[in-house]
Amino acid sequence: MPDDEECREERTPTLQLRDVAKSFGAVAALRSGTLEVRPGSIHALVGENGAGKSTLVKIVAGVHRRDAGEFRLLGEPVDFGSTAESKAAGVAVIYQEPTLFPDLSVAENIFMGRHPRGRGRRIDRTRMYAESHALFARLGVSIDPRRVANGLSIADQQLIEIAKAISLDAKLLVMDEPTAALSGNEVARLFAVARSLRDEGRALVFISHRFDEVFDLCDTVTVMRDGAYVSTARVAETTEAEIVAKMVGREVAELFPKTPAPLGDVVLEVRGLSSAGEFHDVSFQVRAGEIVGLAGLVGAGRSEIARAVFGVDGYDEGTVTLDGRVVPKGSPRRAIRAGMAFVPEDRRQQGLVIESSVARNVSAVIRGGLARAGLLTARAENRAAGPWAARLQVKTSALDMRAATMSGGNQQKVVIAKWLATGPRLLIIDEPTRGIDVGTKAEVHRLLSDLAGQGLAIVMISSELPEVLGMADRVLVVCEGRITADIARADATPENVMAAATRSTSTATATKEPV
Amino acid sequence: MSTATPVAPAAAESRTYAAYSRSLLARLLLNREAAVIAALVVVFVYALGNVQYFDGPLTIYNLLKEYAPILLMALPMTLIIVTGEIDLSVASTLGASAAITGVLVVDHDLSVPSAAVVAIVVGALLGALNGFFVAYVGLPSLAVTIGSLALYRGLAEGLIQDKRISGFPGALRTWPTERIGDTQYPNIIIPIIVLAVLFGLLLHFTSFGRSVFEIGLSDEAAHFSGVNVARTKLILFTLSGAVAALAGVYVALKSNSVATDTGAGFELKVIAGVLLGGVSIFGGRGALHGVIAGVLLIAVLNSALQLDGQGSEVIQIIIGLLLVGSVIASNFLPRIRALLPRRAVTPEVTSKTPVNGDHTRKVAQ
Amino acid sequence: MSTSTLAPSQESPATRALHTVLRSRELAIVIVLGLIILLATARRSSFVLSADGWRDTLLAPSILLLLAVGQMVVVVTRNVDLSVGSTLGITAYVTGKIFVANPDISVIVVFLAGLAVGAVIGAINGVLVTLFKVPALVITLGTMYVLRGALTREVGSDRMNAQDYPAHFEKLGTQQVLTIPVLTIIALVVVAAVGYYLHTARGGRELYAIGSDPDAADLYGLPTGRRVLGAFVLCGALAGLAGVFSAARYATAFSGTGSGIELQAVAAVVIGGVAIFGGSGTVWGAAIGAFLLVTINRALPILGISEFWQGAVVGALIIGSIVLDRVLSIRRTHQLVEARDHA
Repeated sequence: MPDDEECREERTPTLQLRDVAKSFGAVAALRSGTLEVRPGSIHALVGENGAGKSTLVKIVAGVHRRDAGEFRLLGEPVDFGSTAESKAAGVAVIYQEPTLFPDLSVAENIFMGRHPRGRGRRIDRTRMYAESHALFARLGVSIDPRRVANGLSIADQQLIEIAKAISLDAKLLVMDEPTAALSGNEVARLFAVARSLRDEGRALVFISHRFDEVFDLCDTVTVMRDGAYVSTARVAETTEAEIVAKMVGREVAELFPKTPAPLGDVVLEVRGLSSAGEFHDVSFQVRAGEIVGLAGLVGAGRSEIARAVFGVDGYDEGTVTLDGRVVPKGSPRRAIRAGMAFVPEDRRQQGLVIESSVARNVSAVIRGGLARAGLLTARAENRAAGPWAARLQVKTSALDMRAATMSGGNQQKVVIAKWLATGPRLLIIDEPTRGIDVGTKAEVHRLLSDLAGQGLAIVMISSELPEVLGMADRVLVVCEGRITADIARADATPENVMAAATRSTSTATATKEPV
Repeated sequence: MSTATPVAPAAAESRTYAAYSRSLLARLLLNREAAVIAALVVVFVYALGNVQYFDGPLTIYNLLKEYAPILLMALPMTLIIVTGEIDLSVASTLGASAAITGVLVVDHDLSVPSAAVVAIVVGALLGALNGFFVAYVGLPSLAVTIGSLALYRGLAEGLIQDKRISGFPGALRTWPTERIGDTQYPNIIIPIIVLAVLFGLLLHFTSFGRSVFEIGLSDEAAHFSGVNVARTKLILFTLSGAVAALAGVYVALKSNSVATDTGAGFELKVIAGVLLGGVSIFGGRGALHGVIAGVLLIAVLNSALQLDGQGSEVIQIIIGLLLVGSVIASNFLPRIRALLPRRAVTPEVTSKTPVNGDHTRKVAQ
Repeated sequence: MSTSTLAPSQESPATRALHTVLRSRELAIVIVLGLIILLATARRSSFVLSADGWRDTLLAPSILLLLAVGQMVVVVTRNVDLSVGSTLGITAYVTGKIFVANPDISVIVVFLAGLAVGAVIGAINGVLVTLFKVPALVITLGTMYVLRGALTREVGSDRMNAQDYPAHFEKLGTQQVLTIPVLTIIALVVVAAVGYYLHTARGGRELYAIGSDPDAADLYGLPTGRRVLGAFVLCGALAGLAGVFSAARYATAFSGTGSGIELQAVAAVVIGGVAIFGGSGTVWGAAIGAFLLVTINRALPILGISEFWQGAVVGALIIGSIVLDRVLSIRRTHQLVEARDHA
């Protein structure tokens, strides 16, 4: 910690947010966001998914306009109506999900709208490529600035986002989970760059779920919960347990009420599954009553494996067997008939037809069986959907409400209701509690535990380590498209899971445990 | 399969849900389709009172006779646009089908029904070709059907070249345009009504129809719920080709002649009618009765203006303005409504205080 | 590390440029175009080698060339303008009107008037599309109807004829400089200028970015509304200019002038390898696509294919081009993923 701390405290904060609020329709994404970031500091912003961090970031970035509250940049009140305005004011943001222009070159993705120019206001491509090289060199990676962005891995896309943000030469740099997809080396380089920016007197906001990173990099930490500010503390003066307690607002243990269930026969057997560019030689089994957690970095291939098993995507080699019968590849319909259910990662795009009603969403998969003489009525759909919505305690005023008007937690319940209505043997659930409030989160966990207790086989993909460790009977760790570890519940620790998740490919294959 | 249903909904589940958030009357009246139907009625009544000869015995007959092909093609087009795709090639398929019918009947002495069957089968194949490129090759339907618009029109041109086929024999030629008894209705409306009912049931009362809407709202989500997106699209394009071919047979018989430009430009009228009828160009929204009202609205306007001595260009201008106006209205009004206080939060607010809410908002501004 | 194989290539700039050209989509159409011209010339040498043949080969595509360039700029932003045929008809007619009222007016003024009228129409389209955020396909379909109807109402069954246009203006339609028709020279200058802008100006690159991913463009803070509006204004202005060209070349304008040509313009763009959903493609491609479309129409009768099959050939060409683009793009994505995979 720099010793001229006193001086720093005097200086005007780069960013000041006080009681900032933002709602989307019925959903209050941010109720009272408060954050103060000083120049020359790296400020951690932590909180569970759905705590309002990303909304807060988007307000700072000018993506959303706040409904209420105070927002100052370098002491001046600001009100950004667009990302162009925030950029011009010296704010750079690395978003959680990379948003690149797939058709354009890597260098253009970095410099779009502010290309270096030479004579006659012409774009100076030579300089643009050279500057891109320099940026990548600073990050310690080598990506060809001339190639198109299409086809890059998530990690590379994230690195380009980081290069872009750094090149903006901003006074305030906000990083929303920049490390989710990065390997250890890449994270280390990013942190070195972040520290040098801090030493230049810039202000940085760092959002992460990994506490080791927060403690390694940041000097101050602000905790948010349920869309509101909880506390701010110096990192040196707090502990992980303290932060977690504030984030959750209760004891952690009660969040993950997995009760042990007797294991039955093998329900799902995946053997030698490979898909070029996605995953290689993936094999595992799931038994009735078992929850198998798939852990790993974002982009490691966990969701891709799930998608292939369910038939949303095809695969090149391998077999998927359910209850001893081979499931034909590339057909979700066949997978459903065989007894699979899949709650995908992206609820709004994949899990739900978000603009459709609750009733239609819940009855979407079973509606074929609801038709009489081929004719399907809204009445039949409502009759079928009502009890399932009730079973999962979906909060809605009527069955014809659009799913889009509901909170994330309620939407997730609708997705789960849709699949339970099919009477599945296997439930694959990708990020079961992403973007869900704490209360519903616990409900979802209890539900998964109950379902396993009733003999359902469950594959759960999660980026939240506590969730995986709390819920899974067995943890499979995926790294760069391969299963690098198979750890029983009793042996699983954050350390050994993370180690397997960031292991390089060469060692990974050597130590891969047979399943 | 009791084991396969680990959590059956408990019979004694306490919570029940209302099926609808709005009253029956509100659902029936406050929608786009009702607005189009109202507009149709208003224009019709106005024309009856104010346009000379509009109440004459031939008006409705002529109107239906002329717009029958548009009405026919609008039926499958509705389903295609609801999935978020578009078929610009329908009028060319119509032209190709009319040419095939003409060549087979006049040059090769085939009977009208056999020629019609051949034409419809070919039309279905042409539609299936579009569908294959869109659904299985993954090409944008806009580009594909601009290509097949040229290609299928080219087939018609190649088939009939510079001659004008005319002189269809037989009583079957005049059947479609003969009246039903003493009514004002030509026989062609019988197949139109049958097809309209079938397409209406298909879109609104089958699982297939639900998939059509889901694909339009989010084809990814549909795919994730086990909907066979590609096959659905292939079926729709095939139906579109077959129905356009049926319209082609009708046009050939009706005018008793076929030229290379038979039906040219109809695709835009069809699309205009569908969009006017409340179908969203982005897909996922629309209803068949709205589309029928939309096409009829254009037809009534056309005939009223014609009887009023206006040229066909006026109807062109009006179609254009309606098209622009309706898409702006359907896209812009919801956004304004979204700015208003949140009515969707609870049903109480929805049913009791919308007027109040609007008022507050205005004051606040 | 996953990124190690993505290292910059070690090629020299010259080799890289050569590779780019050899692999380019444009080269494929140039080869097709060259083959068609060769075959037609082999059959009938006057196709290119006579004075008239040479002139027609260059002159015939000039109108479609302008439309294709304008359309390309709109399409690259993930929009489309179907109203260009109506715009062309209007300015062709307005040109006649101006000359009838004022026979001695400078040709330059008439050209500028055509550009201005077209730009205004383009601006209307652009404002409707960007302000109301409605799909360009529907808006321009609507304005196509409205404009065509308005023109028909104004013109009626009347038409502008040769005697309405002054002789020097008509002469411009076929005039040549160093055997190259003046209209073609102007069109090629337009192609070069727009191509230069798209390649070297920030605004031009932003058009690609907007078409590549409109949401990302908004997130990036690009002035999407202004750029798309600009694209429509340019497209309209070039359609207006094409109307003046049409008047000069054919010395006639009536209510149906230019109807249906909008689909040819879109076809030229698609054949030229511009993605219909934006983000990629070049003006050169669109220009060559226009050349190819027009030349094929002229060459088919010579190649022994009845002129009545032209439409079918053009349709097959359009579908063939998009299928080719699709196959190429799948292959390229596959290669990029493979390259990443074998790290």
